[in-house]
Amino acid sequence: MSVPKLKTSRTPLPKASTGIDGLDEVTGGGLPRGRTTLVCGSAGCGKTLLAMEFLVHGAVQYGEPGVCMEFEEATEKLTANVQSLGLDLGDLIKRKKLLVDHVRIERNEIEETGEYNLEGLFIRLGHAVDAIKAKRVVLDSIETLFAGLSDAAVLRAELRRLFRWLDDRKLTAIVTGERGNGTLTRHGLEEYIADCVILLDHRVNEQISTRRLRIVKYRGTPHGTDEYPYMIDDDGISVLPITSLALTHKVSTARVSTGIDGLDEMLGGKGFFRGSSVLVSGTAGTGKSSIAAKFASAACSRGETCLYFAFEESPNQIVRNMRSIGIDLEPWIQKRLLQFHAVRPTSTGLEGHLLGMQKLVKQRRPSVVVVDPITSVVSVSGIYGVKSMLTRLVDFLKVQQITSLFTNLTFGRDREDRTEEGVSSLMDSWIVLSDGERNGQRTRGLCVVKCRGMAHSRDLRELVASRKGMELGEAMINARLASTVAG
Amino acid sequence: MQKTVAKKRRSSRTARANFWELRLYIAGQTPNSIAAIANLKKICEDQLKGKYRIEVVDLLKKPQLAKGDQIVAIPTLVRRLPPPVKKIVGNLSKTERALVGLDILRAR
Repeated sequence: MSVPKLKTSRTPLPKASTGIDGLDEVTGGGLPRGRTTLVCGSAGCGKTLLAMEFLVHGAVQYGEPGVCMEFEEATEKLTANVQSLGLDLGDLIKRKKLLVDHVRIERNEIEETGEYNLEGLFIRLGHAVDAIKAKRVVLDSIETLFAGLSDAAVLRAELRRLFRWLDDRKLTAIVTGERGNGTLTRHGLEEYIADCVILLDHRVNEQISTRRLRIVKYRGTPHGTDEYPYMIDDDGISVLPITSLALTHKVSTARVSTGIDGLDEMLGGKGFFRGSSVLVSGTAGTGKSSIAAKFASAACSRGETCLYFAFEESPNQIVRNMRSIGIDLEPWIQKRLLQFHAVRPTSTGLEGHLLGMQKLVKQRRPSVVVVDPITSVVSVSGIYGVKSMLTRLVDFLKVQQITSLFTNLTFGRDREDRTEEGVSSLMDSWIVLSDGERNGQRTRGLCVVKCRGMAHSRDLRELVASRKGMELGEAMINARLASTVAG
Repeated sequence: MQKTVAKKRRSSRTARANFWELRLYIAGQTPNSIAAIANLKKICEDQLKGKYRIEVVDLLKKPQLAKGDQIVAIPTLVRRLPPPVKKIVGNLSKTERALVGLDILRAR
């Protein structure tokens, strides 16, 4: 699962950073320098974008000017398309950091009257490369030549010559190709490009689209072999390595209060470990969100920041509801200590949520994160996906020593509950809320099922939410209530 | 630009229809280039005697010209006049196809 690291004892293959989030990580540093990489995938998977980002980042961040031979889109159209993703080609072109040559071939214009070769293309490319001293080249998508010219034998020989030409000139190149039927590319470009092949895949599963990137081969270097989810958003492409860390993050012994005295008491008198992950599960109406809000509020009252991801309720609604049980979140919002991020779980796929969360966390650097509830996300994408997403999110948060609290809605004993068993193993602490009845009244119970690394109380205690706030009663000895505790 | 072309066309339609302006793109003195020049001269002499002009562009010397006429294959012959612009690739050894491609057969 993890991304292999290059061993330093060997001479590593020289690489050219793509500047694309995550891609450099899974390729162990970027594309093979001075060689050609094939990027293939079906229409709309982001081949052109990946290639253009490689050029633009090369020109802007790494001081390597680039040439794009564009066989499909006209220059203006290309410029406009990638501009919408924050890449300003026009400016780079003006500053001679980038050169786009649109190669247009229309078959009906061309009559073939005897032998020919593609020297014209070589001359154009050579001229462009020399003009701006380019180090990077993109050919997008060179297979269009096959539609324009009929002599496939000549084309194949010339393509072979072209890729050799690129190698000889030590240009780091990306060639894009449309996915074929049962082959990586329609015209078998993969036969010519031996060094590195990246496959982009765009599929729709239960109406949610997911994009996956796979490194099919990368000669001379270890690389991640999994399918990595990738995203295209306002900032272009980002690839999400499944887990890029190998459980080596620092562990803190510092503690953070849960915000509820009784609960702190149950957790060795001090609360959760800083940087740990907490799962709060329970059936409907057992007070999961209240515990989450109390935890957030406690963090804010210590002057820490909290990022609250709400998947079910709007921030206003949460604030109103919490006020009714004596938790006032409003001042924290005004002091910008508490920030809500409310989205519908169905608004995007899992990767979208994960990426969005990671981005926000990077921007805001909170010390506490609340996700309320993760169950909603399960509804859009099944337990396996959620588990892998949560693994990544929990790891990501742990590395930064952010304490995280996730709530999870369960359905009691009657319904099979796979979320819980899937998710709870990822969490350091697990608090289960339950529902019971005493003297004709519904009561709520709380127990700490697990809390890694500390001695904790095994009592089931009554959870009382009143206008004065959340409190825990004395340990309950009530068989009927205890019987409803999940697990 | 279209406007001027249209104007010119109107003013000298007959004269233009009978004048052929051809530009042959080559890259150095390769066998194909030499063959293309020879084949083109022969075709023109046979079919268009006295009403053609050939310009040979060597892209090794003027690489910047390749972009303008969208040259990919070498040799490429561009019929600049009479309109519309036509493009044929190859060394012009297949005379019949060259005549079709240049629309000379129909013009005669």
